[in-house]
Amino acid sequence: MISRISSFAIFLTAAALFGPAANAALFHPITHTLANGMQVVVIEDHRAPVVAHMVWYKVGAADEPPGKSGIAHFLEHLLFKGTPKVPSGEFSKIVARNGGRDNAFTSYDYTGYYQNVAKDKLDLVMGLEADRMTNLVLTEQDVVTERAVILEERRSRTDNNPSAQLREAMYAAQYLAHPYGIPVIGWKHEMEKLSLADALAFYRRYYAPNNAILVVAGDVEAAAVIAMAKKHFGVLARADTPPRRRAQEPPQLAERRVIFRDGRVSQADWRRSYLAPTRSSGESRHAIPLSMFADLLGGGTTSTLYRSMVVADKLAANAGAYYRATSLDPNRFVLYATPSPGVSLETLEGAMDKAIAEALKNGFTAKALERTRTGLLAASVYARDNLFTSPRIFGDALTSGLTVEQVESWPDQVRAVTMEQVMAAGRAVLVRRRSVTGLLLPAKGLAK
Amino acid sequence: MRTMVPAFILAWVLVLAPTARATEIQSVRSPGGITAWLVQESSIPLLSFSFSFTGGAVLDEPSRKGTGNMVSGLLDEGAGPHDSLAFQTRLEELAVRMSFSANRDSFSGSMRTLTANRDAAFELLRLALNEPHFEREAVERIRRQIITGLIEDREDPGAIAGRLWFKTAFPDHPYGPSSKGNIESVKAITADDLRAFLAKALARDRLTIGVVGDISEAELGPLLDKTFGALPASTAFAPVAEVELKGAGVLKVVEKAIPQSRVIFGGPGLKRDDPDWYAAYVLNYVLGGGGFSSRLYAEVREKRGLAYSVYSYLYPLDHAAIYMGGVGTKNQSVVEVLEVIKELIARTREHGLTVAELANAKTYLNGSFPLRLTSSGRIARLLRVIQQENLGIDYLDRRAGLINAVTLADTARVAKRLLQPEKLLIVVVGKPADLVSSE
Repeated sequence: MISRISSFAIFLTAAALFGPAANAALFHPITHTLANGMQVVVIEDHRAPVVAHMVWYKVGAADEPPGKSGIAHFLEHLLFKGTPKVPSGEFSKIVARNGGRDNAFTSYDYTGYYQNVAKDKLDLVMGLEADRMTNLVLTEQDVVTERAVILEERRSRTDNNPSAQLREAMYAAQYLAHPYGIPVIGWKHEMEKLSLADALAFYRRYYAPNNAILVVAGDVEAAAVIAMAKKHFGVLARADTPPRRRAQEPPQLAERRVIFRDGRVSQADWRRSYLAPTRSSGESRHAIPLSMFADLLGGGTTSTLYRSMVVADKLAANAGAYYRATSLDPNRFVLYATPSPGVSLETLEGAMDKAIAEALKNGFTAKALERTRTGLLAASVYARDNLFTSPRIFGDALTSGLTVEQVESWPDQVRAVTMEQVMAAGRAVLVRRRSVTGLLLPAKGLAK
Repeated sequence: MRTMVPAFILAWVLVLAPTARATEIQSVRSPGGITAWLVQESSIPLLSFSFSFTGGAVLDEPSRKGTGNMVSGLLDEGAGPHDSLAFQTRLEELAVRMSFSANRDSFSGSMRTLTANRDAAFELLRLALNEPHFEREAVERIRRQIITGLIEDREDPGAIAGRLWFKTAFPDHPYGPSSKGNIESVKAITADDLRAFLAKALARDRLTIGVVGDISEAELGPLLDKTFGALPASTAFAPVAEVELKGAGVLKVVEKAIPQSRVIFGGPGLKRDDPDWYAAYVLNYVLGGGGFSSRLYAEVREKRGLAYSVYSYLYPLDHAAIYMGGVGTKNQSVVEVLEVIKELIARTREHGLTVAELANAKTYLNGSFPLRLTSSGRIARLLRVIQQENLGIDYLDRRAGLINAVTLADTARVAKRLLQPEKLLIVVVGKPADLVSSE
């Protein structure tokens, strides 16, 4: 709970657990659009008398005005303050007093709020969520206190952690123009100056029914949910929400290198990222094949990188690759390796380069491709097991430029991918001069 | 999200807050006499399986701490006719997810499979438990992975604080050192040590099993016999001593150049079978267990903006009981935060809970119960933990009543016992202003 997170949450729950880009169809959602433009997605699941209620706004950190980094996430925290109907700080307490659990999260492309409750409390939480969509009341004191909280959050997540600091620096190096280069939580010096006026301006600009998606999953009837949505959200006025146009990256012509040497590092680490298309950006035909390429190259213990770097050469304690196929603008394809004790990053990188070149040249066996396909398709069954997975997948996809149909047809798309497409995707993306390499190193003179 | 709550309490959290779902639990006894609790659920073609043997890292030889943890990383790295690669390949072909872990008090495992691959999945689990290879390449590889993790932990504020806290609280007990061991002990572990651990740790009389999925009682029994039937009925090992926490009132500061200090505080708690358990559970929800609704949250975060994460939890072990909490705050605020927390604990000890807080806690703890059990894996784990803690097969029916029976007098009594701010053992990692170790 304690909130109100940045990008990692969704990535870890939905994407990482169920494999890269595992969207898992077969949810059979019922969809509806209210007259004011608010999209409604309902997934009926009658196994337990509970319901997940989520509202996703199509606004995230990558939509922030220049110099105001962190405002999307800060506003997410502030939504838990009050309205004329709900006194400050009461929102979560009301949910808890009704036996529910609530929280929220912010990423580059979306801001999401949820309450998990017994099904007879759905009307209550929907009313609360609709109320704070347009009626937020903030005081100067709210802003001063909560700003201190997000600064502590930044210290916990990033400033205390050299590995996270390298990650931040690598994002900044990967994106010269596009706002994915700015951390979701914000740069510290900009966060310190975020004001009440900044928060309210962002709120008024982006928080409106036509910029939001309601996702409800659980023991409900879709028609009843849609009627309830009309009652609570249908009465809210549209806003003149600006289109999402972000500065795009220029072609990357020179590879970039980020070296972070720090006294707080005891274990060295190596990473490389490449700018990559997603299912809704760039050469999107590569996206699903690229997820499979990532899995084959470095998705697990039978992958090429693990077998060569960890098992055969023993140069790495761990090595792999991951890629996320869902985001509004081009994302990153990432390689990583942790050197074995006594192995330098230079040696490690040389061996990684060699392994990647060989994989791009020689490809993978047909059997390995089928295993990857099996794993992804099984993930679509496993994804149905957790009630809270499907609403996250829909929210993530629909705020990232995908449609319900694209989510539902994901297994079919996975079934159709050929080895040629997998290799074409890998070769299109893993181009050295379009990469950022990051090194995490102990301070000189410290432990190897 | 409630970050920073260490992973080792997850199993426990599920015991405390989980489901009120009207599920029918069957106690299945296999032809060979192995018991498992089963919830049949046929709407999705999969099966989740959770099992545990009492006695985990406490069984490690003192000079080989981390043996159980290392075993947990190696059971799926070659077994029976399959070498490591073949075993891992087989898991992928079948889309079976299998994992093992060694905690202080138990050695556990879980498996998830599609119904269609069920028999093959159990065969792999049987091989992993009965015929693991501990082949040299795999042992050295997993050792490297554990050691690089331990090297990383040397600079991790949370890991540093946790290790020092437990070392100080349990200086002469197997609970003191981390279950992962240390670099020296992990380097010393041999394949024979791994085999000896396994021979000691896996015994049918200490086994509990939870199953959820698309399977009948008649189908499950033979699979249980096949998987666990060849394990010894019981094994001998030295009993683990009951232990009281040391370090009451001690403050330890570990200096580290980070902007935010990581603080862990704690003292004696209650065992899971304590008659006052539910009173303590309710009390802790109000004090620091209740996320956005807790007193710690209100005072430290909401009113003062001094932290992003602040929490407390009951941590009952088999041979000790702990009440713990934690907070992260900028170095300049550590003294203030500790004062606020101690003052709050003292006030709660003195004045107890309000009528409204007690009522709200009950509503939440009962109402949110089903919300954590929304996947078959989580329910399987709950079924297993209910058995481990001897809560009874009717526990899910009784749980709400046990919580509702807690009175203000109960919470006041347990507050006097549990809340002793001056006796907290506190570890701070960072560069806290105006704060030094107490000894």
